[in-house]
Order: sequence, then C-alpha cells, then structure tokens
Amino acid sequence: MSNVGQAIHLKKEILVRIIKAFFSDDFEEQTRLIPFDMRPKGMEVPYRCCIYKERAIIKDRTIAGLGFSIEEDDETVSLKTYAKRAMDRKGLDGKNLTVLQAACKGCATNRIYVTNLCQGCVARPCQSSCKFGAISIVDGRSVIDDSKCKKCKMCVNACPYNAIVKITVPCEEACPVGAIKKDETGFASIDESECINCGRCISACPFGAVHEKSQIIDILKAMKSDKKVIAMIAPSIAGQFPGDIYQLKTAMIKSGFDDVYEVAQGADITANTEAKEFVERMEEGQNFMTTSCCAGYNQFIKKHLPEIKPFVSDTGTPLYYTAEIVKKEFPDAVTVFVSPCVAKRAEGFDNENVDYVMNYEELGALFVAKKIQILECEGGKYIKEASKQARRFGYSGGVAESVKASLKDESIIQPCIINGLNKDTIKQLKKCAACGKTEDGSNIIEVMCCEGGCIGGNAAMNNQRNAKKLIDNLAENSPEIKKV
Amino acid sequence: MEKIKVQVCTGTTCFVMGGSNLQELNSIIPEKYGDKVEVAASNCLGLCSIQWEYSKAPYVKVDEDVVSEATVEKVLEAIDKKLEN
Repeated sequence: MSNVGQAIHLKKEILVRIIKAFFSDDFEEQTRLIPFDMRPKGMEVPYRCCIYKERAIIKDRTIAGLGFSIEEDDETVSLKTYAKRAMDRKGLDGKNLTVLQAACKGCATNRIYVTNLCQGCVARPCQSSCKFGAISIVDGRSVIDDSKCKKCKMCVNACPYNAIVKITVPCEEACPVGAIKKDETGFASIDESECINCGRCISACPFGAVHEKSQIIDILKAMKSDKKVIAMIAPSIAGQFPGDIYQLKTAMIKSGFDDVYEVAQGADITANTEAKEFVERMEEGQNFMTTSCCAGYNQFIKKHLPEIKPFVSDTGTPLYYTAEIVKKEFPDAVTVFVSPCVAKRAEGFDNENVDYVMNYEELGALFVAKKIQILECEGGKYIKEASKQARRFGYSGGVAESVKASLKDESIIQPCIINGLNKDTIKQLKKCAACGKTEDGSNIIEVMCCEGGCIGGNAAMNNQRNAKKLIDNLAENSPEIKKV
Repeated sequence: MEKIKVQVCTGTTCFVMGGSNLQELNSIIPEKYGDKVEVAASNCLGLCSIQWEYSKAPYVKVDEDVVSEATVEKVLEAIDKKLEN
C-alpha cells in the first residue's frame, strides 16, 4: 500500500471509531479515548517521532471526523468537548476542507535544489541556462539563490548529471487552480475564494493532511431522531462496493436509512432537459453548450471562469432533480446525498433540498462499524429504475452520451470530452469562452472536474477500471433513456 | 505438488478498508504462477470480527496463512515464500 493509501486507511479507521463511539453508551468518553485506543501505551510507533505526537495527530483527524476545522483548534479543548459540541450542533458552516497543519512540517517547500550529485563541472550549463542570474558557484559547486529563482526548471533540464531537482509540494502540484499553498511558515492553507472543492489535494498529500469536514455525526443524529432519513446515491456508487445497488439499498436501510433513491433517476431528467436546451441553443445560433452537472466545474465557473457562463447549460444537476422529487414527497424528511466528491458538499450546502452529504468512505465506515455484509443482503427495489445512460453519468463521457441518446436526431450533436480540469483543459475552456466557439467544431462540451469522472473522485474506493466495469454491468441490464 | 489456494476476502470491511485493489490478484496470479496457485474471491472470512480487528483489514488467506493489511505485493511475497518451501 502506498503512503497515501495508508493515510486513507487511517482516516477510515478513525471514522469507524467515531461511529462506534456514537452508538456506544458514552459517546463523549469513547471519542476522547480514540487516540489512546489506536495508539495504546507501549505500542510501537508507526509513523511519527513518538507516541504522543501520533496521538495528537489522531486527535486532530478525529476533530475533522466530528465535523470541525482543525485550524481553529487551540489544542486546549478535549475530544470529549468536541463530541459534545458535535451533538449540540444545529447546522453546517459551509466550509468543507480542513488542513492538519502539523503534518505539513515534514514536507519541504516548493523550490529548485542542487543536490550533492553536482560535479562542479567546467562547462556549468546550469549557470548559462539561468536567465535570472540565480546560480552562482560556491566552493566549486552550484548554488541557487532562492530570491532570484523563478522555478523555470531550465537548469534542471540543462544539467547533464541530473544533479538539480525540483522539489514539489504534492498538494500544490495537484491543485488545478492554485488554491492551496504552503506559506512562509511552512504550513499549507486553502484559500476559500479560489478553492473549487475538487478534493485533489486530499488524494495527493502523502501525509493525509487534508481532511473533509465530515457530517457523519449530523447524519447519525438524524437517524436517531424520529425523522425519516432518505439517502440519495450518486450513479458512480454502482462501482464502489461489493454486491449490486439492490443489495446496497438493503444494506443502507440496515445501517439506518429509511429509504434510498438513485440519483441516476435525476440524471435521466438532467439528460432529457439538457438535450432540449441543447436544441434550443443551437437554433438560437449558439456555437456550443457545456454540461452543468459537475459540482467541481460549477465552482470553477463561479470562481475562475465566469465568462463561460453564457455557454453553460441552465439545466439542474441530477442531485437537484432527485432532491426535489424526494422533498416534494417527504417534506419533513432529512435528505442525505451519498457521493465520491467534496464539491457536492458545496452544492448540497447551497441547495435547501439537500440536508447533508456523505462520501463513500463514510458510508463504508458506517457499514464496517455496524458489521453489515452487503453480499449477504437480499436485493431491494428502487421506486424508479434509472436508464442505462443515466447510470453511466459517473464516468467520463457518460453525460454527453446521455444527452446524445436523448435526441431523436443524434447526428446533430458533436461532443467534446473534458476529462479532468487541469492546466491544459482550463486553457482550452478559456479559449472557447473567449472565441464563442470550440476549436474542433464540436458543439457540446462535457466537463468533468475529476479525471475519469466521478469514479475518480477523492472518496472513490475502487480503482477506476473495476468501477467502470461494475457500472457497465448494471447499465447493460437497464432500460434505454427516453427520447425528447 | 498440491496447489496453493489464495482466498481474497470480499466482505464489506475488507473491501472498504482497501481490498478493492486486491481484485488485481485475480489476473496477476494466474499470469505469474500458472496452475501452481489458485485464486478465488471469498465471502467474508470472518477475520475482521475476531476482537474487532477491522483495522488490520483487508485480509487474504494463502492456504492457512493469514495476510493482514494485505496488498498485492504482500500476497505475492507470501506465495513466493510458500513455493520456496
């Protein structure tokens, strides 16, 4: 298992313990004990310098699991108090990510560095390649003046000994919009005004320092109340657990939900509505339209590319329609969207029909804590079976395909697939917005913020190949989408 | 020689705690060992419920030996060790 894998394992273990504590006789005390249960006296220290630091870091991770910001913790408040605060909490604050800054210490800042492989050669190609005069020779070896270095990497490429390296900060490298930075003090922090909640920093950090603020306690509290709690499961879930989505429904009901709706049901409405809108826009003379179902992309538009807004479909997301259906039928129910993605937490916060969002890891932790075997569950039934195309919304290409299949004349549509937001695809989108048309003449752009689509979301548990296979197995046996 | 039997647990706990990656073994093992080793997905092996040891999941059994916190590499190592003996 990679280090990132180990960090995810640790986060999941903590979630399981929080849930176990919730169902115990004394939630507050059992929560206080989590760092001690995980790192008991005398245990060999697995990662850090000593057992006390291990426990301190587990405490921080538990704070995030309870739904609070680690940055705001002043270290004097015990987990017992946090547990109580979580129980007393009435609403969410809309902030979804929190950084365990104590873990950032181990990570060197982003810079160009001359290693001791430098041979002090005569040619000195590094020095001549540097346009900023940042390299001097000290004691026969190259030295970089960080105040002059622009990190252009010319010297890295020029050195014939590969002696110069770029030290990267994984979270900074992963962030497509430059929203997370290690500051002068060496701590990473997220700029909320820039962050699109794509969750890539969570997956990228080898120390597992970036956490989602979990809403699991709020969901468990709702389950304990006399309110109906209804789960809405994202289409990509079909590839994330053992068994099929029918067994999953039964398992979820066993774990405390009153009912489960497929968000693919809403995806059918999204695809149909978007197809109608596409035809209208083309008739009005617009050159292209982009899809609007990806929450990360929607945040990206809002914060970084408002000029593309006139080309973005006004159609609601699958979650939007599903939550509307559920709330109409059960106005007093608590709705929980189950998703692989942080950005959907932001969408859920902005949509009054969505009360909470839970990710796949948290649902998995709930199954583990409650010892539920999905494969041993009988298959349940969904009120409405979603279409083949809607069930494929969760992987790259699936949305455009659904819109296409919704049209009577499929030949009028030429899709362009943006499989993940990155420097290049962002440039491509900017160009489309500026010119009012696409480069290759395609007329619908499907944008997925994560590479691979939702199956590449930060809380996805299965590898993409297997996840896609499982989704296709389900889709194969599903009805065709309605034409509009 | 008797075949070595590898059982990959597909119980919920093992799957959630990282076992999804172990599905790779279904193709890696036949490729690497031919018919010397047999690999099969197994219903919950029950190892996670002994003293509530879910934190050591995922589990794989190589004959009677238990590989905890299993990874593809760890399982292959366990098979190699068996084959040497």
